[in-house]
Amino acid sequence: MNAVTEPHRPYYIPNPSPYPVVLSGALFLLGLGAALRVNALTAGWWVLGAGALLAVYVLFAWFGRVIGESRAGVYGLQEDRAFRWGMLWFITSEVVFFASLFGVLFYERNIAVPWLASFNAPHSALAPFSPWPHFTAQWPNGGPAGQGFEVVNPWGIPALNTLLLLSSGVTVTWAHAGLRAGRRTQLKAGLALTIALGVTFLGFQLHEFSEAYRVLGLTLHSGVYGATFFILTGFHGLHVTIGAIMLAAMLARTWRGDFTPENHFAFEAVTWYWHFVDVVWLMLFVFVYWL
Amino acid sequence: MSAANLSSEQSHAQHHDAPPRGITRWLYATNHKDIGVMYLVFGVLMFFVGGLLAELIRSELLTPTMRVLTPEAYNQVITIHGLVMVFAAVMPITTGFANYLIPLMIGAPDMALPRLNNWGFWLLPAAAVLLVLPWGLKLIGIGTGTIDTGWTMYAPLSIQAGPGADFAFVAVLLLGLSSTMASINILVTVAQQRAPGMSWLRLPVFVWSWVITALLLIAVFPALMAGCIMQITDRHFGTHFFSASGGGDPVLWEHIFWFFGHPEVYILLLPTAGLLPHILATFARKPLYGYKAQVYSFCAIGVMSIVVWAHHMFTSGMPTDVNIYFMLSTMAISVPVAVLFFCWFGTIWRGSMTFETPMLFALGYIVLFGIGGLTGLVLSDAAADQQYHNTYFLVAHFHYALFGGPIMGIFAALYYYLPKMTGRMYSEILGRWHFWLTLAAFNLVFMPQFLLGIAGMPRRIPDYALQFAPLNMVSSIGAFALGATQLLFLYNILRTAFGTSGAVASARVWEGSSGLEFTLPSPPPFHTFATPPAID
Amino acid sequence: MSGEKVLRLGLSGVIGAAFLPVRAQARAFYNFQTPVTPIARDVLFIHDLFLVIIAILFAAGIGLLLYTVYAHSRRRHRTAATFTQPVGRKQWLWASTPFVALLIIDYVVLGIPALHSIWALADTRGAEMTVQVTAHQWHWQYQYPAYGIGFSSDLSTPARQIDDRAPKDKHFLLEVNHPLVLPTHEKVLLVLASSDVIHAFWVPAFGVKQDVVPGYLRQTWVEIDKPGVYRGQCAELCGVGHAFMPIVVQAVPPAQFQHWVAAERAREAAVQATASATYSEAQLILRGRQIFQSNCAACHQSNGLGLPGAFPPIAAGHPFAASAPMLAALRARGFYRHGLIVEGPVPNHIRIVLHGIPGTPMPSFAAQLSAADIAAVITYERNDFGNHTGDVIEPATVAALKDGH
Repeated sequence: MNAVTEPHRPYYIPNPSPYPVVLSGALFLLGLGAALRVNALTAGWWVLGAGALLAVYVLFAWFGRVIGESRAGVYGLQEDRAFRWGMLWFITSEVVFFASLFGVLFYERNIAVPWLASFNAPHSALAPFSPWPHFTAQWPNGGPAGQGFEVVNPWGIPALNTLLLLSSGVTVTWAHAGLRAGRRTQLKAGLALTIALGVTFLGFQLHEFSEAYRVLGLTLHSGVYGATFFILTGFHGLHVTIGAIMLAAMLARTWRGDFTPENHFAFEAVTWYWHFVDVVWLMLFVFVYWL
Repeated sequence: MSAANLSSEQSHAQHHDAPPRGITRWLYATNHKDIGVMYLVFGVLMFFVGGLLAELIRSELLTPTMRVLTPEAYNQVITIHGLVMVFAAVMPITTGFANYLIPLMIGAPDMALPRLNNWGFWLLPAAAVLLVLPWGLKLIGIGTGTIDTGWTMYAPLSIQAGPGADFAFVAVLLLGLSSTMASINILVTVAQQRAPGMSWLRLPVFVWSWVITALLLIAVFPALMAGCIMQITDRHFGTHFFSASGGGDPVLWEHIFWFFGHPEVYILLLPTAGLLPHILATFARKPLYGYKAQVYSFCAIGVMSIVVWAHHMFTSGMPTDVNIYFMLSTMAISVPVAVLFFCWFGTIWRGSMTFETPMLFALGYIVLFGIGGLTGLVLSDAAADQQYHNTYFLVAHFHYALFGGPIMGIFAALYYYLPKMTGRMYSEILGRWHFWLTLAAFNLVFMPQFLLGIAGMPRRIPDYALQFAPLNMVSSIGAFALGATQLLFLYNILRTAFGTSGAVASARVWEGSSGLEFTLPSPPPFHTFATPPAID
Repeated sequence: MSGEKVLRLGLSGVIGAAFLPVRAQARAFYNFQTPVTPIARDVLFIHDLFLVIIAILFAAGIGLLLYTVYAHSRRRHRTAATFTQPVGRKQWLWASTPFVALLIIDYVVLGIPALHSIWALADTRGAEMTVQVTAHQWHWQYQYPAYGIGFSSDLSTPARQIDDRAPKDKHFLLEVNHPLVLPTHEKVLLVLASSDVIHAFWVPAFGVKQDVVPGYLRQTWVEIDKPGVYRGQCAELCGVGHAFMPIVVQAVPPAQFQHWVAAERAREAAVQATASATYSEAQLILRGRQIFQSNCAACHQSNGLGLPGAFPPIAAGHPFAASAPMLAALRARGFYRHGLIVEGPVPNHIRIVLHGIPGTPMPSFAAQLSAADIAAVITYERNDFGNHTGDVIEPATVAALKDGH
């Protein structure tokens, strides 16, 4: 089943490496900084900053190292497959992460809010005891003690953003086709176009958030609607940002002459990630903005 | 940290078979055995930390109003005891076995992603430090100590809690990252690195148990991570996920927690349930009974464990139909678990058994975990659970399931593989004393707790009514004995690892052992199976 | 039902035989409390049934294990068999019997009584009376809407017993100043709510355990068939006072219950009257000490020192560190200056006790304490623990702030 296609080539086992332990240290600092910061301790900013700097540095060094190894040709088919499976499982765990957030949206909207309103039902024996006597179930909902707010019109910026991300899915595939066919100009153009679309998406998204806060009164404090809206769109935006950074790294590597039509795992991994982010957006558009 | 000259490092890697010297061997490790050993050492260390906390709990409960801890400190200690034992003791130890053994068992040169492997490990100490750091901060006047909500961290008690809660939620995020990375690595390794001829249905049972465990971790841990993020935003950024005033629901956290938490029970259990048949077969000198049945049972348990979570919430006020669904689905899990028991019995039945320490612990596992499982059957009943839930009956049940299962299994596996790892035999006499004293003391601690629960003692209380006093004293005395007994174990493993008095272990170690790991010398060389072994 | 009775009889025989030596003290010591509601009897029946079944399963398992350990040890069985799975239809049939038996046990023997009991528990129709139960950190509050009465029920075990400075009485930690009184032989609907975190209402003799969730309502019911006093506890970790919020139910025959209602109404009317009465400082301090011990001492401690970091001290001159919202609230109210608790303005003090501090464990006492009681406890706090403000607060002052808000 896993026939070793290169029988004389032992699997590449890297030498002892400082990056993992230092990256753990960086994440420790990030965690510590965050925990201090949310409790209004100023030292938190410094610890967070130190952690972030260290993390960025290690990521550069670690990825640089792996890219160096790849260029030196130490990776064979088996290593390549290992990376692919690793990336796929990582994306799977991300899928679970977003699925749980959608699960939360489902629970709040279809279980929690109707439950809270059910105490007021006309024939309910509990009606005299209802903690929220005037509450009715509807969506969007800011909760029985919430302030009023308006929601984002799905057919404005969100629809445009859907178009942007869907086209970016096409352009990245076009870039990939270029890479496979050895047309490097197409590859570069496709990548640049994808990044541009992604950045535009992010810009629109930021604009939408600021509108929500300033004009619509829709904030993190707007009950379950605001909470689920911002956590879902916020984490998606974070993933688009990460994806765009990774695409930019791919563009830089392309410029440097990396990737061959046969061997370009890193590029493929980033496209998988980008498509994943696309699909999440479609779900967001339907379940958060539209329905 | 700069990238050194590649080509020279490469030749170094390919031609050298000795471990690097000094502390960097461990800090910078990429070798699966070294990383496995670090996981084991860290886990055992944390087992003693968690055990110390348990002794504090039992000291407080020695008499109805014993004042070893304030009620506030008591709540912190029970919380950290739970979190440490689950996340920092049992999970790292089973992951350590996975790292050490899986490449040896499937004839792989190493784990598929060695650097990722080391990252996964080093996130653990970071998380453990974050978890207990609030106690240190409290000493210098910052905050109120660690999280004090119980390891279940139910909202809105968790929203009310002091800064320690933020440290705990951040620690869980790091733990989740660590487990996800370890799981990805294990799945890729098993899918990728098997020696030619090692087909899926020839994988040792232990490897299968970890495949299911890793899949479970990837399927549920991200949900808990999402939940922890929501806890933090509820605490500090004004969201209302778990608060009714904004339309949220505290019970949603219970769903998220147990959606993770129930599979977590099997994540703790499956790896040792996978090691058990190896040990039973070795000392019964018989082949494994019902290999396929065990593998399919693991798969069934994996799938089922994801859809039964809310049986932890029968008293939370869910609709009746929901309670009934979760009761009926939970009862179904008893079947694949019973299949495992059946296969364990089948493996030793009409064997030719000897009773070395690993075998004693394996048999002890069957008995104690059997009690845990049978009382679990009782708890699955949504009606009777009205009486059992959150009492000492429940506490006794899950300690029989999680000490009687994973920890007895860990003892068995440590004694079983210690000679392989160190090249020396442990002291059999001390090992047997350790087993019999552990068995006796464990029952002394937890058998009375079943009775306490039935008599109506709720869990997580530092002071209790007078009718519970006699049994609590018995339980506490048992706990002191159980704790003291573990010092024997510590001495025995240290003596084996660092001493020279133990007999030298052969490659095969045990007369009845089989498997690729026993074809290698004891201890195995630093790099093994650089060329894959031939599997007939 | 008769089948059930036969089963129950048979069961008690089996259980009796199995635990003969300790049978005498069984009920009191390690079994469920004697059930007094239909649900509790159902649950005890299921429990007993379970006990027998798992005892049989365990005995069978351990018997097999001991047998094989004895008979198939190397000394007695030198050559191991080599089978790895059942062979032939007969063996497969034998091998599958345990699982068929298990399924029958799960879904028939245990499943049917369980379903019966679950449906019975969920059936809250036809209640003759409703009591609202509200959980607070850390005591219970009971209201009888049909009779217009209500009160809070606090732990009455003196702090000295908890601190081991006095001998403990029989119902140590399971006694309250004001038990929930319920009539026997009437179906009583309990509507449960919480004002802060999740608690759980649990009285073992009723077979009922129900979590209460803040912002939501839960319901359950009891129909007690025997007069008596039944004791239970909060069963969900709810903070530092979790062990100190017992539930005591006094079940009385319906006629006696009506008497109690009348007496309770009179008592509450008298309390209402106290709001316009005036008291001497000594009277207020005396009453205030009692109120403090039963309502405030769980957090602020009976010596007024609080718990450093978690609960602010009342006592004079003690520095305090706490969560940001708590400190901000204290500072805004003038209670916190230069890291020390000081005596702030009287109206702020009254407001804190009346309305609590949102976002912190400090609860609202407006619904639980009468104006006179609040006046008393504040007078006490401001004239004890090393505080010497000399303020004497009149119930009318409190009542005015209560209504004005």
